[in-house]
Amino acid sequence: MEVRVANVRKEFERFPALHDVSLDIKSGELIALLGPSGSGKTTLLRLIAGLERPTRGKIFFGDEDASQKSIQERNVGFVFQHYALFRHMTVADNIGFGLKVRHGPTRPPAAEIRRRASELLDLVQLSGLEKRYPAQLSGGQRQRVALARAMAIEPKVLLLDEPFGALDAQVRRELRRWLREIHDATGHTTVFVTHDQEEALELADRVVVMSQGRVEQVGTADDIYDTPNSPFVYGFIGESSSLPVKIENGEIWLADRPIGLSAPHAPQGDAMLYFRPHDVELLDGCSGCIAGTVAASRRVAGTRRVELEIGGERQRVEIELPVDHPAAQKSRVAFRPGRWKLFPAA
Amino acid sequence: MAEPEIKSYEPFHESRSAAVTESRPARAVLMTVVFVFLAVFLLLPLIIVFKEAFAKGVGTYLESLSDADTRSAIRLTLLVAAISVPLNIVFGISAAWAIAKFEFKGKAFLTTLIDLPFSVSPVISGLVYVLLFGAQGLLGEWLKAHGIQILFAVPGIVLATVFVTFPFVARELIPLMQEQGNGDEEAALSLGANGWQTFWYVTLPNVKWGLLYGVLLCNARAMGEFGAVSVVSGHIRGLTNTMPLHVEILYNEYNAVGAFAVASLLAGLALVTLVLKTLLEMRYGAELAATRGH
Repeated sequence: MEVRVANVRKEFERFPALHDVSLDIKSGELIALLGPSGSGKTTLLRLIAGLERPTRGKIFFGDEDASQKSIQERNVGFVFQHYALFRHMTVADNIGFGLKVRHGPTRPPAAEIRRRASELLDLVQLSGLEKRYPAQLSGGQRQRVALARAMAIEPKVLLLDEPFGALDAQVRRELRRWLREIHDATGHTTVFVTHDQEEALELADRVVVMSQGRVEQVGTADDIYDTPNSPFVYGFIGESSSLPVKIENGEIWLADRPIGLSAPHAPQGDAMLYFRPHDVELLDGCSGCIAGTVAASRRVAGTRRVELEIGGERQRVEIELPVDHPAAQKSRVAFRPGRWKLFPAA
Repeated sequence: MAEPEIKSYEPFHESRSAAVTESRPARAVLMTVVFVFLAVFLLLPLIIVFKEAFAKGVGTYLESLSDADTRSAIRLTLLVAAISVPLNIVFGISAAWAIAKFEFKGKAFLTTLIDLPFSVSPVISGLVYVLLFGAQGLLGEWLKAHGIQILFAVPGIVLATVFVTFPFVARELIPLMQEQGNGDEEAALSLGANGWQTFWYVTLPNVKWGLLYGVLLCNARAMGEFGAVSVVSGHIRGLTNTMPLHVEILYNEYNAVGAFAVASLLAGLALVTLVLKTLLEMRYGAELAATRGH
């Protein structure tokens, strides 16, 4: 099922949580809504689910306008951060709930509901736990049950709100891989919310980066990481360093020296230069480069992170060096960003 | 359905450090004071109630309980409880639902209002009904014209009882529902349940022990209420006397055995309530709300 969010605005008590958000989700796609808290990602998910109504704009399921449909009519599977399992029901009853509350001929007989519940438990790799109560399960197991429960109603879309947020790191990684497998096996159109960029980039087909109620960028992990389209995305996804520069005649200048990068289409004047600390070319001599004094040097896992003070204003930037690179021993390092981008000065 | 064997919540026993504990004699004195106080003010009266009730033997005890007016008082008390407790269950759940699950203007005011019966003297609440429904009252003329008798009749007693017992169920449920939030309900709705199914299968089971606890306290108060009921009842023997009122009448007539026999029933109810309440607290302490003010 395709989902289309068209110019949706959502206000809570006059306070806008989403400004004019549009998003196309393809059928069978696994999409991550990524952003810091307060970016509106959960609000967007709840709008798609029908837990909230948009103040303006429309949400389409396929060609059908779902904006005014209730959550029951939308037939979505929703998985909550804190599971929201019914604590007084067994695992099997939890999973069967969505079928049990159906009316008339669409409601399967009790034996069929039990069978479906067992099937889904197999799918989420929890066979044999039918009779347990949620309190007797670990966090990871509860979230699997919650997913099985959401899938029991054969939803058009699967929506997950920070599904792994309440779990510890080890279980998160495990469930992440597992969710990808389930998605590939069942082919549900899936949208999940996360504030964990690693989770989003690793798991999703496409990532929607959000900030302050707006969509900043939509793209694959490669798009987002390699060509961020705003300073926010640069700063939020991965590591980034920035320097205030000047553009003169298509050349980038740092203070009074050109740094050997040309930007023929950039407007004249002040700008901010963004680049990834690991994506730099180290230079020996300096004719057209960025040079700085080593202010600090830290070993971070497989690399060495060096903090440089640049120029008279002692602007600090970070770059990453191979652990055994001789430059790390020097007091001055010269480099030139490999991949970089200019944004207007703030 | 079998009861869930949810892991039992052991009350948290904190072993106190040597620095904050009292010396042995100080502890002994404190404990003695507490026990003497309890014995004199609670246990002794309870014993006296039963002793006086059985002062002239079991035969006289049973005889005084089978007196027509006494039986009528017992029936009336049961009737009043049977009407006011269900009403309070409905009101209590509605109020708790509204306060815990929705945001609306005047919510704080409503929350305060629910506690009003606790802060106002029961006699005052009785008097309010007299002012409203009495012959000289606000609605008195209209009621008289339509032949509706509220004051000095069962409806008045029920109204007064509903008023004084209102907070029990609501106050038990509000913190419980607030703590549980809307997550379970949203999950049920997303799975296709309608409002009624969500309430019946999800909300109600989530609060059932808190509800039972509130009902228990509500019932005890409904049967034991004196002040408010006394004002509106009119004390008509065999017609508008509840058990507490009947106890007073019998006692004023120097019928000690009769008075204490009825009182023993009320005391018995109190004991049963206490035991059930303790059992509930032991078993479902963590699921019950934090407010234990009554």
